[in-house]
Amino acid sequence: MAESTGFTRRHFLTVATAVTGVAGLTGAAVPFVASFRPSARAQALGAPVEVDVSKIEPGAMLRVEWRGRPIYVLHRTDRMLQLLERVVGQLRDPASEESNQPSYAQNEYRSIRPNILVVEGVCTHLACAPMPRFEVAPADLGPDWVGGFYCPCHGSKFDLAGRVFAGVPAPTNLTVPPYRFLNDTTILIGSDTGNT
Amino acid sequence: MATREQDVFDSLGRGLNSLVGWIDARFPLTKLIKEHATEYYAAKNFNLWYGFGVLALVVLVIQLVTGIFLTMNYKPSAEDAFASVEYIMRDVDWGWLIRYMHSTGASAFFIVVYLHMFRGLMYGSYKKPRELVWLIGMAIYLCLMAEAFFGYLLPWGNMSYWGAQVIVSLFGAIPVIGDGLAEWIRGDYYISDITLNRFFAFHVIAVPLMLVLLVVVHIMALHEVGSLNPDGIEIKEHKGPDGKPLDGVPFHPYHTSKDLVIIVVFLIAFAAVVFFAPEMGGYFLEHANFEPADPLKTPEHIAPVWYFTPFYAILRAVPDKLLGVILMGLAVLLPTLLPWLDRCRVKSIRYRGWTYKVALAVFAISFLALGYLGLQPATGIYPTLARVFTVLYFAFFLLMPFYTRNEKTKPVPARVTK
Amino acid sequence: MRGKVARVAAAAAAVAALVASIAFGASEGGELASANANINNTASLQRGAKYFVNYCLGCHSAQYVRYNKLAEGLKLTEDQLVQNLIFTDQQPFETMTNAMPREDAERWFGITPPDLSLISRARGQDYIYNFLQGFYFDPSKPTGANNVVLPNTAMPHVLWELQGIRRPIFEESEGEDGAPVISGFETVVPGLLTEEEFDQVARDIVNFLGYIGEPMQLERRSLGIRVIGFLLVFLLLAWMLKREIWKDVH
Repeated sequence: MAESTGFTRRHFLTVATAVTGVAGLTGAAVPFVASFRPSARAQALGAPVEVDVSKIEPGAMLRVEWRGRPIYVLHRTDRMLQLLERVVGQLRDPASEESNQPSYAQNEYRSIRPNILVVEGVCTHLACAPMPRFEVAPADLGPDWVGGFYCPCHGSKFDLAGRVFAGVPAPTNLTVPPYRFLNDTTILIGSDTGNT
Repeated sequence: MATREQDVFDSLGRGLNSLVGWIDARFPLTKLIKEHATEYYAAKNFNLWYGFGVLALVVLVIQLVTGIFLTMNYKPSAEDAFASVEYIMRDVDWGWLIRYMHSTGASAFFIVVYLHMFRGLMYGSYKKPRELVWLIGMAIYLCLMAEAFFGYLLPWGNMSYWGAQVIVSLFGAIPVIGDGLAEWIRGDYYISDITLNRFFAFHVIAVPLMLVLLVVVHIMALHEVGSLNPDGIEIKEHKGPDGKPLDGVPFHPYHTSKDLVIIVVFLIAFAAVVFFAPEMGGYFLEHANFEPADPLKTPEHIAPVWYFTPFYAILRAVPDKLLGVILMGLAVLLPTLLPWLDRCRVKSIRYRGWTYKVALAVFAISFLALGYLGLQPATGIYPTLARVFTVLYFAFFLLMPFYTRNEKTKPVPARVTK
Repeated sequence: MRGKVARVAAAAAAVAALVASIAFGASEGGELASANANINNTASLQRGAKYFVNYCLGCHSAQYVRYNKLAEGLKLTEDQLVQNLIFTDQQPFETMTNAMPREDAERWFGITPPDLSLISRARGQDYIYNFLQGFYFDPSKPTGANNVVLPNTAMPHVLWELQGIRRPIFEESEGEDGAPVISGFETVVPGLLTEEEFDQVARDIVNFLGYIGEPMQLERRSLGIRVIGFLLVFLLLAWMLKREIWKDVH
């Protein structure tokens, strides 16, 4: 009897010590794992970027860098907006249901204001930067091309709202980063909250 | 219900056994575990002095892990080093904790190693057949000093800078080649970005690699001859009918469970420093090191970190530059000769004569006193005291063949006592 | 004319001797009054931050301190931060640098004013407190001010409006080396604050400098209690296990 309680007690203490020890080691690992997160400086360098959109001519596009990514800010003309409807049938995800964008950009223009498009210039296939190809029916893209983005790496095509065409490698539409209008002419890329 | 759980455990056990069998056919896993843990017999009467070896191993692991993570954010350049340390302290999540663990670990390393070495002096751990264990241990100690010295420059604080300046200048004392040697070590005409960069390479890879290798060799050599004990007798000489030492217990689970207690007590003390006194009153992190390195301005009160001060005091005690450097070097290296300086056949202080007991006490006091004096300014009575203790320090070693030759020892028991 | 020159020379010599005596006294480790800094006093830290950006940040930087992390530590909202502590066009995530060019600083003060991020850890809070309290009027200095703790300091008495201007009173008997000894001060121009109010300002600034020297110190201590608590529980278990394993050995 004494023999068996002795065994039980020893068994229990071994397990209890081992479990506590593992818990302690796990706790000790937390600071080390957490130290890999973006530091305060990285966060500062990745802070939101202000862009004056009034300086972008209609039909022209501005590239800005935010968190090491190219962000495309395109001032779409009314004509460009009309073209968006024409290609809907050829798109993989026309309503942006499977794509990444803030709720305020999940609409037919994928933007807060129809004329100003803000998308990440990062192909959703393998992260190349798609090229802006706003001309209509160029030789290399065929007569059906009405303007959009073309990825040179693997040939993915996106329309003027960053929506992906069917039959290309990229699975989803170009991502829309969080952004908001600070005033009529200035947008802040990288933040959509706050009251400034 | 119970039988079903039993079945699960049984099949898990069978799976584990076959995995171990697979490994054993290719690598001596079970053999190693037996040789170094479950069938490595060590005396059952270890006292707390026998815990500092494992603590040194714990500190080594702490230093390696925290060091690797510090390296991820530290920049080894004169331009950025100081700022990158503050970046770690403020901007990196938990960076402060990792840094304080590393800076506290440096001092903790020397505390446990000095106590570990003193244990050896008390119980005769350096004597035949453990001479090689002692020699490898001394090599580890030298590596540790180098590691601490190189690492101390990296924060690029003003104390780092001038500490390195002073130590490198010691090499300049060597006749003929001295100046060239100092220049060669620095790779520049002063302690510069170039020096910092090479010290970084030594600190993060060259010396740690040596250190880890030597620690493995140290333990292998120890396990070959077996651990000694506070009675200084060989437990292998009294074996039971099963061929196992009567006074020994398997390292695992007996000593591992005991060491675990010692480790946790140590960690509590370690955490107390890290969380409540990381500067340790300016002894672990010196005030002057919170100012960036300034080649034009020496800190008002310059002293090495506490673990080097006994030797620094010896250096200062000698009025001649070259002789001071030589004596300091000898002071560091002399313990290497202990296995041959000590003529007494009795190992443990428990059964040794009064001469060695007095000598060891005088040595311990001298070492501590020199450590204290090395932190004080060289004014007033201090230099005289430093000279007295320097003489006593050397006397311990150099007179040892004489005072240990005809030592009046007590009879040594055949079996370990409590 | 010659008499005047001689008098000026004599006065200059006296001041030099005085400065030397104070310098000597200070290097002998004259007792510093305690700053009584209390890192837990958030209100004091907030006031200290405000004084710091108003009176210190013009010349000194705190280049390792980020505004937004500071606000977090001092329990300020981002709005409060922007309204009270950022007077430049800097963003909240930036560090407390200043716009004074190094060359200008060297020209004006002879040295670059040191960065203050770590001054409390390098010099100690008591030193800074005594330094802030140690300014007195000294017409022989280009800044018109000298300091008891740091003689010949290049720093002007930036808080003079608050403290007023004080002139040293010398003791009748001279120091051991024959130099005059400062026994006290008399106010020449009263400041905006009373002595007690100014003392609080100095303490708030010192408290703040102590905080930015090591912003994680509160977190460090509270985590330490939990870590040690855990280790004590673990110690108990390990101890019981060790006794259980060793109970048959003897």
